[in-house]
Amino acid sequence: MVLHLALEVDGAGAHPGAALATSIPADRLLSADHLRRTVAAAENAGVTLVTFDDSLVGPARVDALTRAAFVAPLTSRIGLVPLAHPAVIEPFHLASQVAALDHAATGRAGWLVGSGPVPGARAALDRPVADGQDLLDETGDVVRVVRDLWDSWEDDAVIRDTATGRYIDRDRLHYVDFTSGGTGPFAGPDLRDAPDGARAPFTVKGPLIVPRGPQGQPVVVARAGTVPADLVDIALVDTPQASGAPLTFLDLHVTLDTARATAADRLAALEDLAPSGDVLRWTGSPDGLVELLLSLRGAVDGVRLLPALLEEDLPELVRWVLPTLRVARVTPTPRPGATLRDTLGLPRPTNRHATLQETS
Amino acid sequence: MTDLPRPHAHVHLGVFFQGVNHSTIWSDPASGSQTDVESFRQIVQTAERGLFDAFFLGEGLRLREQNGLLHDLDVVGRPDAITQLAALAAITTHIGLVATQNVTYNDPADLARRLASLDLLSGGRAAWNIVTTDNAWTGENFRRGGWLDHSLRYVRAAEFVRAAQAIWDGSPGELVRFSGQTLEIAVTPTVPRSPQGHPVLFQAGDSPDGRDFAASHAEVIFSAHGTDYDDALAFADDVRARTVAAGRPEDDLKILPGTQFVLAATDEEAREKARWVKEQQVTPATALSLLGQVWGEDLSGYDPDGPVPRHDPVIKEIGQTRGTVRHGPDPRAIAQAWRARAESENLSIRQLVIAQERQRGFVGSSATVAEELIRWVRTGASDGFNITPWIVPGGLDDVVDTLVPELQERGAYRTEYTGSTLRDHLGLRDPLTRRTPSSVGATV
Repeated sequence: MVLHLALEVDGAGAHPGAALATSIPADRLLSADHLRRTVAAAENAGVTLVTFDDSLVGPARVDALTRAAFVAPLTSRIGLVPLAHPAVIEPFHLASQVAALDHAATGRAGWLVGSGPVPGARAALDRPVADGQDLLDETGDVVRVVRDLWDSWEDDAVIRDTATGRYIDRDRLHYVDFTSGGTGPFAGPDLRDAPDGARAPFTVKGPLIVPRGPQGQPVVVARAGTVPADLVDIALVDTPQASGAPLTFLDLHVTLDTARATAADRLAALEDLAPSGDVLRWTGSPDGLVELLLSLRGAVDGVRLLPALLEEDLPELVRWVLPTLRVARVTPTPRPGATLRDTLGLPRPTNRHATLQETS
Repeated sequence: MTDLPRPHAHVHLGVFFQGVNHSTIWSDPASGSQTDVESFRQIVQTAERGLFDAFFLGEGLRLREQNGLLHDLDVVGRPDAITQLAALAAITTHIGLVATQNVTYNDPADLARRLASLDLLSGGRAAWNIVTTDNAWTGENFRRGGWLDHSLRYVRAAEFVRAAQAIWDGSPGELVRFSGQTLEIAVTPTVPRSPQGHPVLFQAGDSPDGRDFAASHAEVIFSAHGTDYDDALAFADDVRARTVAAGRPEDDLKILPGTQFVLAATDEEAREKARWVKEQQVTPATALSLLGQVWGEDLSGYDPDGPVPRHDPVIKEIGQTRGTVRHGPDPRAIAQAWRARAESENLSIRQLVIAQERQRGFVGSSATVAEELIRWVRTGASDGFNITPWIVPGGLDDVVDTLVPELQERGAYRTEYTGSTLRDHLGLRDPLTRRTPSSVGATV
């Protein structure tokens, strides 16, 4: 039975104390070279995909989609899944960016759908940003229209027919004509005085400016419960449980023993710097983590590892955890040229418009 | 040559991967995918081998339409610019990466951050080609819809640029506030400055307002004056005067006209090749489409090898082609002039359209074109050229293999990159908001 491993690679590590604990200078941490090495280590270790956390404002951080695009031509097997928040980014831009990433990464792109409130976004964007149930509803709308846009070009829309002089068959491109829910005026200067959390409606005409990508639909990853399950490819859960999505990955925070300190001591030091919330966590030896991961086979399809402090936990994962799983054929080894969907065992979705045509 | 205004000036070259319009010949067997990353890799690496200053991506946020239908004759579909350029940053080392981005349908907090991200990861090689629009038709793809009044177009652009500069000048963790007529924001930047300080600012406006905007805010103007020398010089003189009037040194704004090169072993062969290129660009269907734009109606049922329509054009308030820049004065007068020419020269529709298409850019042997480019640059008609290849991805090969060496032999082109940032390549000063009295004087 296969268990996919995903890895969060943002910043100094997933523990809130990591930014203070790291020995890596801030400019180095944000550099192209550090990014390249971190993702290469994950790819070389056989990780199925990496996620890139992000926020519009707040801590020092390079835009996640731009980071994923930068490493796309430097990698060949690993999935690249940046976070983008549906209430922050324009849906049309978001669909174009992830589609472009899928082309640049030759079919290895995904989208980690951001969730939860975004502190500071309202002031940064000069418009209300949805909150609570409104945010959940808007998230569903944004994922739906992004998926509509990814299907707005059929795979064979570019025909290059010299006989008629047509580059595309315009019947194989489709307007999406999407209207979201929500109330009040559309986003604009009128909304400046609208209350916080209001959900402004929006429309998207389409088609996308980017032709359909190698995967057809890039892989959509979201926390269980934040996006309707039928719109998600991989649901992230906090405890091993069914999610209703095609694949379910468990989020597991990891602090490992190193040659210099025990995991417990390392975690205590991080907690002293900044206490973390209530998360599922492995704190202990690499061998113990291997045992835990083996025991999760069958319960979930994959585990997303969130190393507490990347500079210390990633080398331990690469040396002592991932090889054992590879040898035991627990983690899949992506085939050269495989898309992320191929590696995950997910089918390439047929374009909805092509399906209509065949059945009518 | 000592009396030339700029006797030692070098020619700067950029490449414009256009993605739309009929200048890109997709029907030729040498024409590759317009979408695959491999095409982009090949063209950007050829440009870098040729020591170009910049690789330039256009953008359109809605697919073009004609007569209410998607325009299907030209290349359609292209990647998101910043995403694509971030990928190319990883496989290049020196060349500048220019993203066209719209100020009406972006948020400064998001766009400034993405540009800064590209700038940081590329080691200071990013640029932003600032595009303004009030086009409500494009707005149908965005949250705000067609919200911007035409009269506020350049107000919005100026405020957006100043907001972006404020964000770039801020430090991670520090709250930056900016307020104006079209936006009011408070942003905590997350991306530190790159080695070149800010992304370089390009602008392509040609109207008086557009030129003034460039003179006040831009560092490179991507002009449309890349064919006729006198026209280019008049434009350059005008832009320099506006730059000085805006309180900047006259060489603070570099001029890179968009153009095309048709090169061959001899001038005669090049002229022949130019005729072939134009015939390839104006296919029978494209000829009918272009004529239909003049007439303001769908003429696709006409015979491209037959005579032009006898009736006058339909006059409408709004042009039939959307998402392109094709504005004419009086359509009826234009159509009558076209018809008169067709009759006097006995031309079919396609022959007429080909004849009416002005020969763009430079045609000749590499030596001839090199001499002409040097004349332009050393007499101040431009600082260089932004080339649109008509074949993707191989259309730059002859420029790099034959024209660049001719320029180098004449001491008018770099023989290696001497700096690492786009600002270095173009000989630009510090960003406008980051100057000290000592840095203003220092220019290359």
